[in-house]
Amino acid sequence: MILRIGTGAARRTTTVVIGAGHSGLAMSWCLAQRSIDHVVLERGEVANAWRTERWDSLRLLTPNWQSRLPGYGYEGDDPDGFRTMPETIAFIERYADVISAPVRINTSVTSVRRCGDGYRVKTSQGEWQCQTVVLATGACNTAQIPAVADAVPSAIATLTPMQYRNPGELADGGVLVVGASATGTQIADELHRSGRPVTLAVGEHVRVPRVYRGRDIQWWMDAAGVLDERYDEVDDIIRARNVPSLQLAGSAERRTVDLNALTSIGVKLIGRLVGIDHGKAQFSGSLRNQCALADLKMNRLLDTIDRWASESGLDDEVGPPHRFEPTVVDASPPLGIDLASGGIRTIIWATGFRPDYSWLDVPVIDPKGRVRHDGGVVEAPGLYLLGMPFLRRRKSSLIDGAGDDARDLSAHLASYLSNRTSVPRPERQVLGR
Amino acid sequence: MATTDKQVDNGVKVDALLGAREALTKAPQAAKFTWRATCKWVNGTHSRSTVQGFYGLGEEQKHKTEFAFDADHPEIFASEDKGATPVELVLAGLASCLTAGIASVAQLRKIQLRSVSATLEGAMDIQGILGIDSDVRNGFDGNKVTYKIDADASPSDIQALVAQSQKRSAVYDIITNPTNVTVEVQ
Repeated sequence: MILRIGTGAARRTTTVVIGAGHSGLAMSWCLAQRSIDHVVLERGEVANAWRTERWDSLRLLTPNWQSRLPGYGYEGDDPDGFRTMPETIAFIERYADVISAPVRINTSVTSVRRCGDGYRVKTSQGEWQCQTVVLATGACNTAQIPAVADAVPSAIATLTPMQYRNPGELADGGVLVVGASATGTQIADELHRSGRPVTLAVGEHVRVPRVYRGRDIQWWMDAAGVLDERYDEVDDIIRARNVPSLQLAGSAERRTVDLNALTSIGVKLIGRLVGIDHGKAQFSGSLRNQCALADLKMNRLLDTIDRWASESGLDDEVGPPHRFEPTVVDASPPLGIDLASGGIRTIIWATGFRPDYSWLDVPVIDPKGRVRHDGGVVEAPGLYLLGMPFLRRRKSSLIDGAGDDARDLSAHLASYLSNRTSVPRPERQVLGR
Repeated sequence: MATTDKQVDNGVKVDALLGAREALTKAPQAAKFTWRATCKWVNGTHSRSTVQGFYGLGEEQKHKTEFAFDADHPEIFASEDKGATPVELVLAGLASCLTAGIASVAQLRKIQLRSVSATLEGAMDIQGILGIDSDVRNGFDGNKVTYKIDADASPSDIQALVAQSQKRSAVYDIITNPTNVTVEVQ
């Protein structure tokens, strides 16, 4: 047999990690610790989404100290600051260097399918044959846009958060920001301050203060164990995985950007966008309850924090417990906006993101487009998932959550490999071509 | 939220509801329901609607008996006042839906209810339905629901109960969000 190199012959490795963001790199470190041969395939460059799919002013929503990756942490002199995008990219790039991750850049995966007792990974740079695959492509590959978007009059520009860069790219005039989670509130704040009057359509959201009793909310949730809550401990994991992102922003001033902060600068709150009929946008009459739910939920979190602070003897070290003003909602917010009137020139769809598995030719996708998995162990043998909301812990979607999840899943992966090598596997010959 | 193992009985069979939820998660087709009503004109503005059959869990279903609802308009509308106005029936629907939700969520959260009462108001400018001013809508300007709840729970837990009930209420959704309506003549 002639050994062929190049197209046609699949290269071999034990594990293919898809995606060189913080999750894929954390997994690479864990695999290297276990001496498991692997490659990390990256469609662009390391930290690609941070380079190409984020707006200019965005800063990480978690403080610097909290970006702890296995074998790597924050060493600067501003632990409570929030990284800008260039700083975030540099941070992740440095991690890839420090751990000498075997990253193949500019390598787009076009197909992953079962092949023999492993997987065949097709890429723009040839094929790989491996025994295990780790999906670390993240939860935010495409912007989720509601079906009503089709009915937006053509005179109005529409943008997803992945396309949005800065206010200067928008026409002057009013903006409708649809969605009031982390993305929608930050963009609404920036656009309104740029002189473009913003109307913010508010559905279900999670309100939290940036700072409580003198400490960052992330510090509290980390210290009190809220972020470590496990996926098999919560009442309803499907619900927990669908909870919108916290209304947080990272800024040097540690500003809280909640709905009250936005109304105080003049942003108009309106109900969830539910339809567009003959050029008229229709909004739900549920705004008051959406805000009441968010206020109640925030207060329950603050109760948890206060209880933990007392039990931990911290009450003398931090500020006194207090509660924030309830969200102020107009007595009767408008239920409709005539989009033809010219008042709204641009619509921003801050209505969430979804992963893209169009290249995954393994039958593990549920009818809602999600990978079926148990804490990141995907239904198909040897296939793993990382970096998704509440994958294994509440912090799974944070940079800080990648380490523990990667440690757990690399342990599972290693035991999967050792169990199968101990059994004779005749089908291997099929792969020996 | 109350979390002890105390016995709570609001007359809601939560285990059955949770069982149904789990079963329907696995068989989402069975969750497709169609609700039906029939209506006959009696005389003047008086009509009588009845409900009995509906579709759900993959087959035809039936209430134990037929229920009838008379609707009419009060005498100040030059009607005979043989029943509630249709808009009052809408208020009744909203109240019953939210109240059923409160009882269910309370049972689930182990909150014993002692009494729950609601008053509802729907403000309306009837210039709309009379065709006097086309800028005035026919329907409610807004609805106000006020609950009085005596329960074995803190004020914030009771607030959360009422908020969650709105979040899961069909009639609340029907009233707060637009719905396509098709009316045909056979």
